[in-house]
Amino acid sequence: MSQSQGLEIDALFHPDGMEGRDHRNDHVFRVAVLACALFVLIALLGAALSMLWGAREAFATFGWPFIWSTDWDAVQKKFGALVPIYGTLVTATIAMIIAVPVSFGIALFLTEIAPAWMRRPVSAAIELLAGIPSIIYGMWGLFVFVPFMSSHVDPWLDEHIGPLPFIGKLFKGAPIGLGMLSAGIVLGIMVIPFISAVTREVFTTVPVQLKESAYAVGNTTWEVVWDVVLPYTRSAVVGGIFLGLGRALGETMAVTFVLGNAHLLSPSLLEPGNSIAATIANEFTEADSPIYLSSLIALGFLLFIVTFIVLAVARLMLSRLARREGAVT
Amino acid sequence: MSTFSHVRFNWHIAVLGCLCALGGARSAHAVDITGAGSTFVYPILSKWSTTYHSKTALQVNYQSIGSGGGIAQIKAATVTFGASDMPMKPDDLQAAGLGQFPIVIGGVVPVVNVQGVTPGQLRFTGLVLADIYLGKITKWNDTAITALNSGIKLPDQKIAVVHRSDGSGTTFNWVDYLSKVSAEWKTKVGEGTSVNWLTGVGGKGNEGVAAYVKQITGSIGYVELAYATENKMSYAAVKNKAGAFVEPTAASFQAAAASADWSSQPDFYEVITDAPGKDSWPIAATVFVMMYKTPKNAGQSKAAFEFFKWALDNGQSDAQSLNYIPLPTALTQQVEAYWSKTFK
Repeated sequence: MSQSQGLEIDALFHPDGMEGRDHRNDHVFRVAVLACALFVLIALLGAALSMLWGAREAFATFGWPFIWSTDWDAVQKKFGALVPIYGTLVTATIAMIIAVPVSFGIALFLTEIAPAWMRRPVSAAIELLAGIPSIIYGMWGLFVFVPFMSSHVDPWLDEHIGPLPFIGKLFKGAPIGLGMLSAGIVLGIMVIPFISAVTREVFTTVPVQLKESAYAVGNTTWEVVWDVVLPYTRSAVVGGIFLGLGRALGETMAVTFVLGNAHLLSPSLLEPGNSIAATIANEFTEADSPIYLSSLIALGFLLFIVTFIVLAVARLMLSRLARREGAVT
Repeated sequence: MSTFSHVRFNWHIAVLGCLCALGGARSAHAVDITGAGSTFVYPILSKWSTTYHSKTALQVNYQSIGSGGGIAQIKAATVTFGASDMPMKPDDLQAAGLGQFPIVIGGVVPVVNVQGVTPGQLRFTGLVLADIYLGKITKWNDTAITALNSGIKLPDQKIAVVHRSDGSGTTFNWVDYLSKVSAEWKTKVGEGTSVNWLTGVGGKGNEGVAAYVKQITGSIGYVELAYATENKMSYAAVKNKAGAFVEPTAASFQAAAASADWSSQPDFYEVITDAPGKDSWPIAATVFVMMYKTPKNAGQSKAAFEFFKWALDNGQSDAQSLNYIPLPTALTQQVEAYWSKTFK
């Protein structure tokens, strides 16, 4: 539709001659919204570039081995990112393994199974959980959860699963309660409200006719959810999961209370470790040499890269699934 | 319409008048001084500033972010004074235009959480402590520990080592002592505010280490004495250079401070760990304050000096009640002479 035709249609709907002003307002609105979108992109690019700039000394000194080195020695000024990266990935993985099924279950319960009077209070309670500051989770983790883990769960794991051949290595360690398993569980609990809120919202947008027709041909509730609701809401659910994953990857205070802050690489989940955000939070204020500071900023940049890679992989998986179902991508 | 505009005009004048009055009122407020640094000294600085505030109107705002942070902040001139348990070298001070002087003395204390062990009961030597932190001694009933503690039944339990996760002057004094008593520690780990710990978990701040040691049975950590007594933890006795086992008390800290020769180094650059003397506590620590010789804000600097002078002359009872050691009188006089010589 050409510009003049648009103006003519404007004249039909706005007979008193306001079409010029409307056109201008539309233009202004478009520019303002474009500016907001560009602002986000520029801020993202700015953050990434400034971190890369701060990290240049670390990358220049250590090169690629920075990514797989386990050193972290402030006295000899040798740093490596493997221990923090490993800790970040492992705790986030454990958090997702716990949070995704539980959030899915909560959303399913609230949309399909719960009676109507229960839905709003339970949803409100879950959203309240999302508002709790992360340092409160950290304190709860340290004073309530860690003693529970060290006196009941860790010794049991160490004794019964530790001696087994392959997975035993994952569960051997002194029962101090601090460690990657504890941190992963606390993170999982923190992340559940985000994923379940998004999933529940999205489940309610599924057209009732689709679900009703599935029920009508004899599907069970589980089959309706797995075969009708989930495929319909797939990309939004994955978006919600990535919201949670982003929080789990970047979480600082809760992790630093419960993970143990030890720069030691160990295959066991019961041993303490370190994460990127916890390392930066602990050591940034008194990094006394430029190479130390640069290594910490390099860690931040690597977290950025890790998040980016994980997001890209997810998008790729999503588009491949969609293509298989015949969507135009 | 004319009456309306008349009212509006008066309303604007009234708002402007209020803003001017507020602006004037702000300048009558007392000068506040800011400081940052050592978590070690935070309890006593907090007590001194509360007492001083009740006598004068001065507010001292202190952020206990760690000694390294204090040094960084004073170098960046964002605070009036920095506090650190690790002295800056005279060359670094000269280059930054800073002066440095001691303000109070305390001590780092090993604390344990072992079933059946009461405060002051357990005995260590420096070498045993170094081996525990190197990961060479892993169990509480190791012969090296039982040999020193024949009267105590130690359990067959793994030692959970706790250290600091953040850079710290408390760590500096601890590893400086371990470097002096263990050659292996000196080569493998070395000293600094942040070191490459070979084993153990890291707590954030003295508070974090105290929290972990209280939580984990079979753990050992190191904290400043005030944190140990406030939290009612089991501290241990350590063998000093002269061969005697001393407990961390005011008397043993004072003996360590008195044994140091403060006039030998410029800017009081002296670390008093592994002090000689049969009563000395081997892991005593001095807290240093750094300030600019020619400060940007002369009013705040002057107020800070008045605060420190009051603390050195009148703050002894507060310091002693929190198990810190006030400076010996001779040292106080040296510090005040240094002030008039160095600072404008």
